[in-house]
Amino acid sequence: MEFGLSSDQQMLKESVDKFLADRASLAHARDYAANKIERDDALRGGLAELGVCGLVIDEAHGGVGLSLVDAALVSESLGYAIATAPFVASSVMAPLALMRGGTDALRQSWLPKVAAGEAVIGAAVSELAGGARERAAVQAIGGKLSGRALFAFDAPADAYLVATEAAHLYLVVAGAKGFTEVPLTTIDKTRPVRELVFDGTPAEYLPGSDDGELLEMVLDAGRVMLAADTLGAAQNMLDQAVAYAKEREQFNRKIGSFQAVKHLCAEMAAGLEPCRAMVWYAAFALDALPGEAHLHACHTKAHLTEVGKFVAKTATEVHGGMGFTDLLGLHYWFKRIGLNRQLLGSPERLREEAARAQSLVA
Amino acid sequence: MDLSYGAEYESFRAQVRDFIAKHKADAPRGGGLRDTKTLAWQRMLIEHGYAARTIPKEYGGYGAKPDILEARIIAEEFAAARVSPGLGGQGISMLVPTLLELGSEEQKKQFIAPTLRGEMVWCQGYSEPNAGSDLASLRTKAVLDGDDWVVNGQKIWTSTAQYADWIFCLVRTEPDAPKHQGISFLLFSMKTPGIEVRPLVTMTGDATFNEVFFTDVRVPKQQIVGKRGEGWFVANSILRHERGSLGDPNATLTRFNALVELMKQETVDGRRLIDDPVLRDRLMRIQGRVMALRANDLRLLSARVNNQNALLAGMIVKLEGTELRHDLEGLAIDVLGEIGTLYGDTPYLKEGGSWQAQYMFFLGLIIGGGTSQIQKNIISERGLGLPKEPKFDKRQEA
Repeated sequence: MEFGLSSDQQMLKESVDKFLADRASLAHARDYAANKIERDDALRGGLAELGVCGLVIDEAHGGVGLSLVDAALVSESLGYAIATAPFVASSVMAPLALMRGGTDALRQSWLPKVAAGEAVIGAAVSELAGGARERAAVQAIGGKLSGRALFAFDAPADAYLVATEAAHLYLVVAGAKGFTEVPLTTIDKTRPVRELVFDGTPAEYLPGSDDGELLEMVLDAGRVMLAADTLGAAQNMLDQAVAYAKEREQFNRKIGSFQAVKHLCAEMAAGLEPCRAMVWYAAFALDALPGEAHLHACHTKAHLTEVGKFVAKTATEVHGGMGFTDLLGLHYWFKRIGLNRQLLGSPERLREEAARAQSLVA
Repeated sequence: MDLSYGAEYESFRAQVRDFIAKHKADAPRGGGLRDTKTLAWQRMLIEHGYAARTIPKEYGGYGAKPDILEARIIAEEFAAARVSPGLGGQGISMLVPTLLELGSEEQKKQFIAPTLRGEMVWCQGYSEPNAGSDLASLRTKAVLDGDDWVVNGQKIWTSTAQYADWIFCLVRTEPDAPKHQGISFLLFSMKTPGIEVRPLVTMTGDATFNEVFFTDVRVPKQQIVGKRGEGWFVANSILRHERGSLGDPNATLTRFNALVELMKQETVDGRRLIDDPVLRDRLMRIQGRVMALRANDLRLLSARVNNQNALLAGMIVKLEGTELRHDLEGLAIDVLGEIGTLYGDTPYLKEGGSWQAQYMFFLGLIIGGGTSQIQKNIISERGLGLPKEPKFDKRQEA
């Protein structure tokens, strides 16, 4: 019986953390946001060398072939470091979709490039995961896509995994005929999102997505990865709050010695610590417990989102007025958690989905 | 990651199931601590290694080597079969481990076996009216007079004092020492002259606790565990144990499942409660918290089995577990509306009024065993390394 991280997993996490600590600092995120680089090839190249880009891609296609628990650990590290690199769509959702539901030709042409960091695949699945807003919808007619998809993430990408109204999955190459992209500016400056517009755009169908189950599995994997990203981002905010409370003095005392402040820190830790095991379990379920996977993915994303929101607010408050300024940059994490909350399903929607998965919805 | 216990443990599980299937007709259903059936069941459990499993044979236990997964399997199977897992209580869960660690050989021989068999019932004399969260400031004093300690003072929150044969009690024996170093740990019979027990009725309407008054109670001087002035250290070896066991998420899951059934069965305006999207969302939100704590529990189990450290994950259990359980019971009351306020012998009562009883009882547990605020001090100071509140202690300043 072992429900914890293996030594290999700990080493993986440590090496990714160390790389990101050197390369993906707050200053880096500021540069990225200010210069509107959008594609951070240097950071992605470094991650590819560590095996991160092809983490779950099988070795036959140039990847490392690791589990979704490993992927969740990496996603947590990326959230902790507010890394300006694609991962959830490009290195988890799209590879899973291609490996389990794509054609050989699609796998051959895309997976090795993704693993090498040479290509990025975004995900345009928002309408199926969180509900259609602004009348966005994508239809496939005769193998060509028409319509609009909002909040495609891991953008800008070389190709996008697109979900149609019928819950089928397609791969669309950016720049194909009748394809346009419109940048959407969100609060989160570390991960761009875009609107995709299709007008008779040629697309490759993923035959394994015929029955809608593949889409659900891909969405669930994305949800667990976003939950892990929030776990990392919230842990960083808690760490910063605790460090600040140990340094900052008022009334001739470290503010961390006041119960009003230390209890805020304890509440954050008490809420967040069980989230770690919850993310492990949900990721493990995706690999090994198919009967439980959907329920745990929905609940894990919803719960992490609630705890993440609490930590984001509370950690900012512990910093007092400084927390509200741009000087400390805490808001980069606050906003990353804020975008994660809405992507791939709001907590209310995911809880309703969890109820449905247990036949509690008439 | 490997959630299976392995073939060896699954065959152990089969043995436990077999025992339960064969003997469950003998198990007590409710009934008092002293019932013949209760005591006979306890003896049978010890004989087969399902109670007092790891207590050495010479002290009346079964003598198995400690094995976390075996203990877990026994607990899981008795809970699943809804069969009594034997006696608990403060004597068995707190005093016996303390005596094994710190008691004299004579004390182990005298007290452990009858305690395990349920023949010697204990109560715990720790808290006082002016020593709650700040337990170490307790004032009940014991003064040596010839071969006896003479005990005077008052304890409160003493559960089972009305039934107990004996008490394990913290008393101040060194009034001039710093407060943590002036306490001793005494054992004495509740039949000793000078003890008065008064029931303390709580908000649930039950007298689950008592106040206990001591007037010139004479205790033979050898009935001390550890040395004079070491009582705080002795007591702390068990308090740690108590904190970990409050707020068990597996018991919470059982209650959650009962709540789901309640919401499927009960209706408002002819509609099932579960079909109300607002109530359903509240239910699902609770389920997310239950799942998080169950995963945390699995992590703690694995850490114990594999000798790993999961310090913070353990520290938060009492705080998060008791608050969650209180919220869960409170949701059941909310979904029932006015029906949820029924309590006692009355028409339309659901499940014997257990939702209200547990809602209130768990508010008691949020406070007892180290309040939520004390838990937050522990988490922030020992878990996160934040500085302690400056102390104002007359004895230490002097």
